[in-house]
Amino acid sequence: MSSTYHLTTPLSSEDTKQLVAGDTVYLTGVLFTARDAAHKRLVELIEKGEALPFDLEGSVIYFVGPTPPKPGDPIGSAGPTTSYRMDSFSPTMLKHGSRGMIGKGKRNQAVKDACVAYDGIYFGATGGAGALLGKLIKSAEVIAYPELGPEAVRRLEVVDFPVAVINDTHGNDLYQQGREQYEVKA
Amino acid sequence: MREIPFDTIVKAVKDIIVYSGTDLPQDTYDALKKAMEDEQSPVAKNVIKQLLENADIAKDEKRPLCQDTGLAVFFVKVGDEVKVTGGLLKDAINKGTEEGYRDAYLRASTCEPFSRANLKDTVGYNLPAIIHFDIVAGDKIEIEYAAKGGGSENVSRAKVFPPAAGKEGIVAYVKEVISDAGGNPCPPITVGVGIGGTFEKATISSKHALFRDIGSVNPDPEMAALEQEILTEVNKLGIGAMGMGGTQTALAVHIESNPCHIASLPVSVNVQCHSSRHTHITI
Repeated sequence: MSSTYHLTTPLSSEDTKQLVAGDTVYLTGVLFTARDAAHKRLVELIEKGEALPFDLEGSVIYFVGPTPPKPGDPIGSAGPTTSYRMDSFSPTMLKHGSRGMIGKGKRNQAVKDACVAYDGIYFGATGGAGALLGKLIKSAEVIAYPELGPEAVRRLEVVDFPVAVINDTHGNDLYQQGREQYEVKA
Repeated sequence: MREIPFDTIVKAVKDIIVYSGTDLPQDTYDALKKAMEDEQSPVAKNVIKQLLENADIAKDEKRPLCQDTGLAVFFVKVGDEVKVTGGLLKDAINKGTEEGYRDAYLRASTCEPFSRANLKDTVGYNLPAIIHFDIVAGDKIEIEYAAKGGGSENVSRAKVFPPAAGKEGIVAYVKEVISDAGGNPCPPITVGVGIGGTFEKATISSKHALFRDIGSVNPDPEMAALEQEILTEVNKLGIGAMGMGGTQTALAVHIESNPCHIASLPVSVNVQCHSSRHTHITI
């Protein structure tokens, strides 16, 4: 039976280990945005042993490429992008302290294994709910790589940002298990 | 010969783009509402509830429904007694597209295929639009428009079957395409199926099928029955809203069928996400 949690970032191992695929979580606090190009740069810094533009410990990374903000708004519509493009980078991020990712769509086995090994969670946000999710972002500040435009790393402050647990620290996968539960075999 | 000024077309196109970016069509909204009621999975039900809330917020606050505001796709029927004055019809549609996307803070998503360079400062903001023209009798111009996102387009496929594949082959193929797609095209989806014609005719028909209102009945009873059969099969897959498991994977299946060559049975499957932003105007 799925549960509902309200968690505040940064996330601890205690926070993540209690979660099970299918749970609903409302996140409050700071999220960092990064897509393909930013991930490549962050992982390069980690491999060189250099400092990152933000503290990875307990961090939650949001895979998003928002629409331009209207004047006066912190951000435009901001729903998740497809996550598999980050699969080659995510295990390194988790190994070095990041504890959550938010996106949409399936991850590969290496990412699922890294969630188990490093107490990480892959959260699914609702794709196409860009207006709703954008509204829950109270502030957005570019903190690295402004030259990447929509792909720059942003520090977002969110309140009750709704996500579902897709891959948990126990090796469960909601995409697989949820589908099996409702599939009608011929 | 009726004359329509270039600027009239630009304004009409701009208006439907601005409107479609934030206002989910009523047919889509109603279909999502029904899907939420019918959904058996509490997780998927909650996802669809968020989609309806999202549509309400987008409409009330004029925020884009989704950050993927799509490529602009048009089907245009030009009456043979109409003349556009002051410029070309195609240029007017592109100009209206650019102004609509830019002024409404929609995302510019067109890029060069290999360098991936965004075209907003070279070709134009979210240009070029994808435009399919047809010439019909009369003194009007009918413009059908849809914003087509990338996630659902990426899972679409076409194949030319031998005639013996028949309806059975088509049902199995559509089911296979949707099964492989899983949650990536942002379900609950609309499935456009183009049958017959030639290779390209089938794909264009599958696109045009997505412009039909969800909940409308195919005028061809045989195709209406096939749509229902495919819908039932697709919803047995268990994919559910955003792939999280559930009974409501597709809202509708729309078929457009064409006469074809005696040797072939082309089939195309084009998928539209739950944010089925489509509309039409007649000028």
